[in-house]
Amino acid sequence: MTSLPSLPTPKKLGLVIDLDVCVGCHACVVSCKEWNTGGYGAALSDQQPYGADVSGAWLNRIHTFEVVPQGGEIVGEAGDARIVHFPKSCLHCEDAPCVTVCPTGASYKRAADGIVLVDEDKCIGCGLCAWACPYGAREMDVAAGVMKKCTLCIDRIYNETFEEVDRVPACVRTCPANARHFGNFADPASDVSRMVEARGGIDLMPEQGTRPVNKYLPPRPRQPLAGMAALPLAENTEGARGFFAWLDGMLDRI
Amino acid sequence: MHPAPSIILFTVCSGLGYGLAVMLGLGLLDPAALATKLAHVLALALIGGGLLSSTLHLGNPQRAWRAFSQWRSSWLSREGVMAVATFVPLTLAAALALFADRFWLPLALVGAAMAVTTVYCTAMIYASLRTVEAWATPLTPACYVAFSLAGGALLATLFAALGGGAPRGPGLAALLLLAVAWVLKRAWKRRQSALASASTPATATGLGAIGTVRLLERPHMTENYLTREMGFKVARKHAAKLWRIALGLGLLVPAAGLAVLLAAPQGTPATVAAALACLGFVAGLLVERWLFFAEARHAVMNYY
Repeated sequence: MTSLPSLPTPKKLGLVIDLDVCVGCHACVVSCKEWNTGGYGAALSDQQPYGADVSGAWLNRIHTFEVVPQGGEIVGEAGDARIVHFPKSCLHCEDAPCVTVCPTGASYKRAADGIVLVDEDKCIGCGLCAWACPYGAREMDVAAGVMKKCTLCIDRIYNETFEEVDRVPACVRTCPANARHFGNFADPASDVSRMVEARGGIDLMPEQGTRPVNKYLPPRPRQPLAGMAALPLAENTEGARGFFAWLDGMLDRI
Repeated sequence: MHPAPSIILFTVCSGLGYGLAVMLGLGLLDPAALATKLAHVLALALIGGGLLSSTLHLGNPQRAWRAFSQWRSSWLSREGVMAVATFVPLTLAAALALFADRFWLPLALVGAAMAVTTVYCTAMIYASLRTVEAWATPLTPACYVAFSLAGGALLATLFAALGGGAPRGPGLAALLLLAVAWVLKRAWKRRQSALASASTPATATGLGAIGTVRLLERPHMTENYLTREMGFKVARKHAAKLWRIALGLGLLVPAAGLAVLLAAPQGTPATVAAALACLGFVAGLLVERWLFFAEARHAVMNYY
């Protein structure tokens, strides 16, 4: 049934992605592909994996953006422009347009936990759900002819044969910078809810009316370069004490 | 958006077929004439061919029957249901004309209404997508229905000229519908040109509060499903030229043909003029439909 659950789902599982912390290493991208190519549904195929025109289905991709503040300038590494690595996977929207457009009932949002999934046995591969998604969260698997998307690793998060620590999506488990967090947004006391509260977590493209569950934490404000100490750090001896203060004084005097 | 030939062919062919079915349903042609029988067969063939063509782009066409199940929420499903249901009155009406030389108004009107509804559902598949702002307007279904009816009236004029009845009536209807269709399309086009996109890289990343957002690196060096499907750009370079070609073929040629036909509705010149009008219209419509897809910008491209 491709109608959305009528009531807010009792659990709202999703991710918090911290744009201040992500280093753009693509470990989550690789880990996601590795886990999901052998997990739920058809394998994530690649076309011409060793050829010139490599292409394949990925459920998580990292884009890298440059942000230049008002009046800021781009001068190599010293300028005001900043780089923001931007991981993007399915946002498991509350008002998921990909679900309602599906003609076959393959695309659905679970009433229990709000995870948006594709029943691959019903998918005809028409691609309309990918057209309906503003985030590019869905990609067709060209080999299997079915639509693939992030499942929030349902085969991990409910897997009781796993250690507790491993019952999170592969991308979250693998992130070396701890930029990705998994949790229940319906619970205001959960870690993810508190993070969103504390850091002012945002929705992507709110104007699309999708009400995404996943939230992004914006990068923390940076100190403008103009406000920094005039002396380069290595030449500034202010605050030195003990032996180094004596040495500093002696060397000044010589 | 990627202009898939199967979808362009589907929307053009089925649109023409349904349009012709409407004209037949309104009783514009003499049911006893051979040309009218051929028109019935052509309408069904165009609709059937178009529907078959639409399944060509599916990843798993063998499961296409499942698409009839979600009519409560999905316009694509509604379109599938309507398309199949519409075959019933249209086939019955065609059988009546073919085997009994008869035209039964109630059945014909039901068929015509369902044909228009099906075209409307087809257009709503596109108009219901908020991600493609150029499509998300009531003008989209208005254009689809108007082009369908104009094409149907042109074909009906041709079949009338071939012996199905007096061509003047269908000819006048075609001229009027042609004008309506292109006026609507022009309004659609104006809206599209004036669109200031609500979604930008700033809203897509949420980084607009910090400063100007610009893509530095794509996730992967090569193209992917999203950029191939949603990031089609070739058309924009030639969009203005293609629009003029669409107008020339789809408006001026048929209008000239109809003018010739209306001036001298009988004889070979009239038939040739009607045929040229139809050919020009179909070619123009193919270009228009290609532009409809190729020019449309998808919100996901804010990430690329």
